[in-house]
Amino acid sequence: MKLLSLLSVGAVSTSILAGSATAQQLSGAGASFPAPLYQRWAAEYNKVNPSVQVNYQSVGSGAGVKQFTQGTVDFAASDAAMSDEEIAKVKNGVVMIPATAGSIVIAYNLPGVTDLKLSRDAYAGIFLGKVSKWNDPIITKDNPGVNLPNLPINVAYRSDGSGTTFVFTKHLSAISKEFADTVGGDKSVQWPVGVGGKGNEGVTALIKQSPGTVGYVEYGYAVNNGLATAQLQNKAGNFIKASDESGAATLASVELPENLRIWPEDPAGAQDYPIATFTWLLLYKQYADAAKLKALKEFVTYGLTDGQKFAGELGYIPLPAPVVAKAKAALESVK
Amino acid sequence: MADQTAGIEQGGIKAFRKGPDLFRVLCWVASAATVATLAWIIVEITHQSWPAIRESGLGFLFGDKWIPNRGIFGVLPFLIGTAVSSLIALLFALPLGLAIAIFLSEDFLPLPIRQAIRFTVEMLAAIPSVVYGLWGIAVVIPLVQIFGSWAVVAFENIPVLNTLFAPPAYGNSMLTASLVLALMILPTITAISRTALVAVPGTLREGAYALGATRWEAILGVIVPTAAPGIVAATILALGRAMGETMAIAMLIGNSSRLTSSLLAPAGTLAGLLANQFGEAEGMQVSSLMYAALLLVAMTLLVNMAGEFVLRYTQKRTAGIR
Repeated sequence: MKLLSLLSVGAVSTSILAGSATAQQLSGAGASFPAPLYQRWAAEYNKVNPSVQVNYQSVGSGAGVKQFTQGTVDFAASDAAMSDEEIAKVKNGVVMIPATAGSIVIAYNLPGVTDLKLSRDAYAGIFLGKVSKWNDPIITKDNPGVNLPNLPINVAYRSDGSGTTFVFTKHLSAISKEFADTVGGDKSVQWPVGVGGKGNEGVTALIKQSPGTVGYVEYGYAVNNGLATAQLQNKAGNFIKASDESGAATLASVELPENLRIWPEDPAGAQDYPIATFTWLLLYKQYADAAKLKALKEFVTYGLTDGQKFAGELGYIPLPAPVVAKAKAALESVK
Repeated sequence: MADQTAGIEQGGIKAFRKGPDLFRVLCWVASAATVATLAWIIVEITHQSWPAIRESGLGFLFGDKWIPNRGIFGVLPFLIGTAVSSLIALLFALPLGLAIAIFLSEDFLPLPIRQAIRFTVEMLAAIPSVVYGLWGIAVVIPLVQIFGSWAVVAFENIPVLNTLFAPPAYGNSMLTASLVLALMILPTITAISRTALVAVPGTLREGAYALGATRWEAILGVIVPTAAPGIVAATILALGRAMGETMAIAMLIGNSSRLTSSLLAPAGTLAGLLANQFGEAEGMQVSSLMYAALLLVAMTLLVNMAGEFVLRYTQKRTAGIR
């Protein structure tokens, strides 16, 4: 009897709660790299359309994909998209939508050196541990007039599994066979040299802490923290500084495949910044709840159109128009 | 539960006394729940780590490479890192903590000042791990860097020392992590040792003095040996805390899976490995991390069991003088 009355009280209170929450809730989880942008979209979209509330948790790409596969979230986000094996496990099917993009920079701490150029051999060599002094001829030959100190190179890497490491090591594997053979590309690898910091903030701390340190972080992060970033030599042989324009150039030259999953591992354009990547929103192909489907589609459409203007502000690369068109077409296929 | 016992009472079982019996049932349930939770944790971790256990078995413990992208999982560097960092921390914290405990339990200083010192040392335990990490980055790392650059030159030609302090000298290193860890376990050692020392019967102390012992002789010959079980317990609890410490270590040790003999090089611990890699792990890496977690649990349980054993043994030996 008591139990029954308790139950009914519970039922009443939940129905009250449901009644008061008129907003359509959308929950997402995944990559931490685009999280600031997605959270900004959620906040801004809520101003435009108060009936939709989006909650995005930055738990990491892997954890996001896990929750998405188990069906505990409405959408997920991943820097590494999803592999075919992972997609096969999702019974409602998966649509991958590139939502924003970012560059990865090589940041360094060398007092007095503001403009460093690193050739492909130089930066691959540094992260392989083969180039160990800042005045190594392989670095100095591209930096005439720059006074490079006789200082050991201290490499800083991400100790946590991350999409940033994934993209960076894929790129190094693409430009250096030795790197591909000895280290390889993935979210966490065993680095031959250096010190690991947790997260972009950990690597940034390592770089700031001691002169002679070099590491890889997201472009926006380096800009916000005032880190010096190196000009990197691209496939065409030009030294390119990371910027909104050079990142956009890289993305514009990418030919998107049918499933929209591609990494420009070694872009070929003359002005392309060599290390840039898309990051993806992961949606189911089918949603049972029509109201949820409608809200989700509207939210993603907002992100792909109006939302792109926040990308530059936050240190991401706004998607080029052809990519937006393809992403919207993919969104249409969600039922 | 409350409902159930109330039901029994209404059912008219006369013997059920509301106060004491209800309390007994609640206590029984609480302790059973604690045991069940531990069992549940171990069962769940074992279950999740099963694929890795089946695939690599004991080889997992002796593998010196952890390369997730090649599917190679060996935790030897992390096992060693966990053991070495905890032991070095103990090496610093035990003499220091014991000295503080003796100092605080004797009447070298007026009571209010001793209370203030005791309070301060125990406050160290209240500082969150992440704050220790930040402090380590700001203070300890620069100091270790200075010491390291000096040590690699000074010890260059001295055997053993030149392997322990081999170049290059990093700031984020085993030494940095161990030093901060020492500070973190200091309050545990001090507080429990002090309690044990204070609990030594006054008659023993007086007896020692009556026999003509100096204060020095009384402390080392009578008081510390009598308090030994408590000091051992303090040491073991501290060791347990050091092995499981995660956040500060992950921020300071440099998170490397390369096996090295140099204390100035980055290293890694099991707890740090879990904190770093679990979020983005997939497939066999998840199982392997669970296997590593199982090992960490096993290590801490073993340490505590060893502690319990030593505690009982020494208690038996000192029982006569109590």
